[in-house]
Amino acid sequence: MKINHILEARVTDFGENILRHVKGLGDFTNFTFKTLFWTFKPPFRLKLLFDQMYFMGNKSVFIIFLTSIFTGAVFAFQIYLGFKAINADSFIGPIVTIALAKELAPVLSGLVVAGRCGAAMAAQIGSMKVTEQIDALEVMGINSYQYLAVPRILGAMLSMPLLSGIFLLIGYWGSWLIGIKVLQIDEMLYTQKIGDFMRLGMVAEGLIKATVFGYLIGIIGTYQGFNVTGGAEGVGRGTNMAVVWGMITVLVVDFFLTSFLAKIL
Amino acid sequence: MNSDYSVEFRNVTKIYGDSIILRNINFGIQKGKITTILGFSGAGKTTLMKHILGLVMPTEGDVIVLGQMINHLSELELREFRRNFGMVFQYAALFDFLSSFENVAFPLREFTKMNEEEITQKVMGLLDSVGISPEAAKRLPSELSGGMRKRVGLARGLALDPHIMLYDEPTSGLDPITTHTVYDLMRDTHRRNEHRGFTSIIISHDIHATLKYSDYIVFMEQGRVVEHLDVKSFIKSENPIIRRFLEL
Repeated sequence: MKINHILEARVTDFGENILRHVKGLGDFTNFTFKTLFWTFKPPFRLKLLFDQMYFMGNKSVFIIFLTSIFTGAVFAFQIYLGFKAINADSFIGPIVTIALAKELAPVLSGLVVAGRCGAAMAAQIGSMKVTEQIDALEVMGINSYQYLAVPRILGAMLSMPLLSGIFLLIGYWGSWLIGIKVLQIDEMLYTQKIGDFMRLGMVAEGLIKATVFGYLIGIIGTYQGFNVTGGAEGVGRGTNMAVVWGMITVLVVDFFLTSFLAKIL
Repeated sequence: MNSDYSVEFRNVTKIYGDSIILRNINFGIQKGKITTILGFSGAGKTTLMKHILGLVMPTEGDVIVLGQMINHLSELELREFRRNFGMVFQYAALFDFLSSFENVAFPLREFTKMNEEEITQKVMGLLDSVGISPEAAKRLPSELSGGMRKRVGLARGLALDPHIMLYDEPTSGLDPITTHTVYDLMRDTHRRNEHRGFTSIIISHDIHATLKYSDYIVFMEQGRVVEHLDVKSFIKSENPIIRRFLEL
């Protein structure tokens, strides 16, 4: 009898969990379609879009600068340690640059933006929700998805390729500093090899990835904000979820996007 | 449709899942009057207010506001229609990233073609009418007291010259003196706009202020309208639930 009760409780929990996740997926899909719909409906709020781009882009540049210069530098140094043994240290340039362009720049920029801006989106919208500011917008006849979510999603989509491009340039500069100035690799050889192996498609791959990551970070951050419940604690939970899901999504989607883009580029 | 009413509920029932929130509501809110919807927590007051705004649709029945059956309007028509309302929220719900001035200017910038000079003139006039100084107009909501926030909220609600002003627990969290100041302001605002059929709807559980400031009272309990009377008749009501509320 007791075992029956325990089993019943476990099955009920399992069923409730599945239902909750299915509902969550449905809500997220619904939110995605609503934001898509309102993206193409006037009025187009360009000022809000530029404000978001300024916040996500300009205000993230310093963190991107720090992350990228040390990523480029340490990557160059690690490759040097391995390749020196087989006398292939002149390949540091192309390896670091290609890795930066295709993977490191979009993924690490994505992680930085998910941490910084995804959290901010969820916190801003979440606190507006618990203090009835979103209701105030709706009562005035302003669509809150269009006013709050769309500029943030588009802002992240447009800022991410720019940040990824900056990451690539600064990361390259970091690797150049270590390779040429510290490890004394021949500069001519270093840059010539980059020219031999680097293709425009590789940069395009990174920029496409960055745009997709921007969209995902934006939609996850705003969705978590709109779904905040229960006051300050709820805002904290939403912010946390935005960062966790934003980062996981960037890493998981990167794998599938790489497989897909490898076929078409 | 009765033209004496700003808002009319016809057989309105609202069901969420297994819970019946509103049960066959039938009454009208008089145009040009101050009506307070009174009741204990969980009586369905806020849901009723959300029906007026078209934020929630009835499961059964119709809601008629200013002659429009709003549960038959499309989403875009509803958004347009909501400009007939002004609303003061429980905790003012001012946009925390905008100054008091910008909060009041917000609906004007969104929905009118007024130039900057006209907006400044209108906003300063509204803020002055609710007793907010030009110096306080520059401050962020976080730098204002609870009473000042409510006043700025009232000025924002009035910016588009609405036909119906809704107040959701407008004095909760305020001390008794500020409570009466806010109520005085609400009454003055109503009197100033009365000539154009301006209707004030207050959601409250503050019985003393309600009796002092309202023209009509709608008393709700467990999703039902128990009484809808003018204040004098309300005080004399023999309904045991109302008597219990009056004796609090």
